[in-house]
Amino acid sequence: MAYPIVAAHGIHKHFGQLHVLKGVDLEVEERELVFVIGPSGSGKSTLLRCLNRLEEPSSGSITVAGIDMLSPRTDINHARQHIGMVFQSFNLYPHMTALGNVMLALRKVAGKSRSEAEDIAQAALERVGLADRAHHRPAELSGGQQQRVAIARAIALEPRVMLFDEPTSALDPELVGSVLAVMRSLRESGMTMIVVSHEMGFARAAADRVVFMDHGLIVEQGPPAQIFETPAHERTRAFIGQIRQH
Amino acid sequence: MNSWNRFVETFFNAKVMAKYLPDILYGTVVTIELAVLVVLAGLAAGLVLALVRSLAIRPLNWLIIFVVDLFRSLPPLVIIVLLYFGLPSAGWSPSSFVSTWLSLALVLMAFAEEIFWAGITSVAKGQWEAARSTGLSFGQTLIYVVLPQALRLTIAPLTNRTIAITKGTALGTVVALHEILGMASSAVSNSYNPSPLMMGAAAYIVLFLPVVVAARWIETRFAWKR
Ligand SMILES: Nc1ncnc2c1ncn2[C@@H]1O[C@H](COP(=O)(O)OP(=O)(O)O)[C@@H](O)[C@H]1O
Ligand SMILES: [Mg+2]
Repeated sequence: MAYPIVAAHGIHKHFGQLHVLKGVDLEVEERELVFVIGPSGSGKSTLLRCLNRLEEPSSGSITVAGIDMLSPRTDINHARQHIGMVFQSFNLYPHMTALGNVMLALRKVAGKSRSEAEDIAQAALERVGLADRAHHRPAELSGGQQQRVAIARAIALEPRVMLFDEPTSALDPELVGSVLAVMRSLRESGMTMIVVSHEMGFARAAADRVVFMDHGLIVEQGPPAQIFETPAHERTRAFIGQIRQH
Repeated sequence: MNSWNRFVETFFNAKVMAKYLPDILYGTVVTIELAVLVVLAGLAAGLVLALVRSLAIRPLNWLIIFVVDLFRSLPPLVIIVLLYFGLPSAGWSPSSFVSTWLSLALVLMAFAEEIFWAGITSVAKGQWEAARSTGLSFGQTLIYVVLPQALRLTIAPLTNRTIAITKGTALGTVVALHEILGMASSAVSNSYNPSPLMMGAAAYIVLFLPVVVAARWIETRFAWKR
């Protein structure tokens, strides 16, 4: 087996009395696309957010690209450069242009000069098909365009792995395709990706592995065809059935 | 002498006005100095408190909230009097200028902290998360992502509050500060004529009207630019 670029073991997360993650193990290999599904509230977002420590796990171990994410000696801000994240609500900086959004971390975290950062940012916008929108503010962009800028902001830092938390859930249906197309091309370029989403068509076409979560645990996982056609667990079957009806 | 002439003679007496013009000008300079120092110190201290508060260190936040609520509930006049007449018994005798400055700066600090804090908390949590996920530190996120958005929201209430508190420089008269109102009222009692008071009012208008107009402009400009 290839060396896993993401290795999370025994992840528990409590929010006060609420036990949200109950011992999750997840290993992701380089260039793999892992697709995470599960009912609302099953802990998918919390798991992703533990991987880059936006959320502090209560216990467990997490290594990303060889970095021990939970060690107090780890420079978390440096480590996060290697882990891109895309959110359901885009979270672009409204006071900056698309280019400015992409440039900020290049300048302040990666330490690039202004002209270097500008070149890299422009190239990243080109990769998501928005080179001509570089000088627009988020408010002047459609939801799909905003999400693609958010993807550009993350990939500009050349992360080793990208986390997507329901990247198309806030989009009007006609805008979903443009974002999925960008994700597809990222995948083809060899990016390691962990994607939480309900876009089953995308999962079938692009995922190496589908992980089904329920009540803070991974219930089962396997290739898309296996999980979607012949799930082993009743809960998985019920969830897939529900999704299909939409 | 008709009543109009008598009115002018009383309220706009040229001889009295000429005599006391230097006094009023002196008072105007004192008021300007005081106002500028109050605004600089008050806004800077308010911003620092709001930034410290965003670090979310419990005991420190309780202290900040206590101080802020204290200075928001005390009338500025009371603070001036307390500092000027009270502090000497504690071993420090601030001048009337320093007591007035310190009092108004503390009051502005308190209101500014609340306004800055409201602005900071109104910035969506997702902004923090997006910025931190790219590796920006807490401080960098605050400076480059959160504060610019927060300041846009605070600029209108902050301007209004700053003007209101800065006009409180006139309260310095109670501790014999030689600002506009102080100079004007002593001129009135020396000359037995209210003309200096009219000059004082004119000085306030010349000082504050442009600021009020500028504030109105700032308010409309930032209102629709979001
Ligand atoms: N910051 C938080 N504080 C308290 N409870 C939280 C917090 N974040 C998530 N939760 C709870 O954790 C559970 C899992 O949430 P989440 O990971 O967002 O699920 P999913 O993404 O699968 O819908 C939910 O019950 C949610 O209410
Ligand atoms: Mg979620």
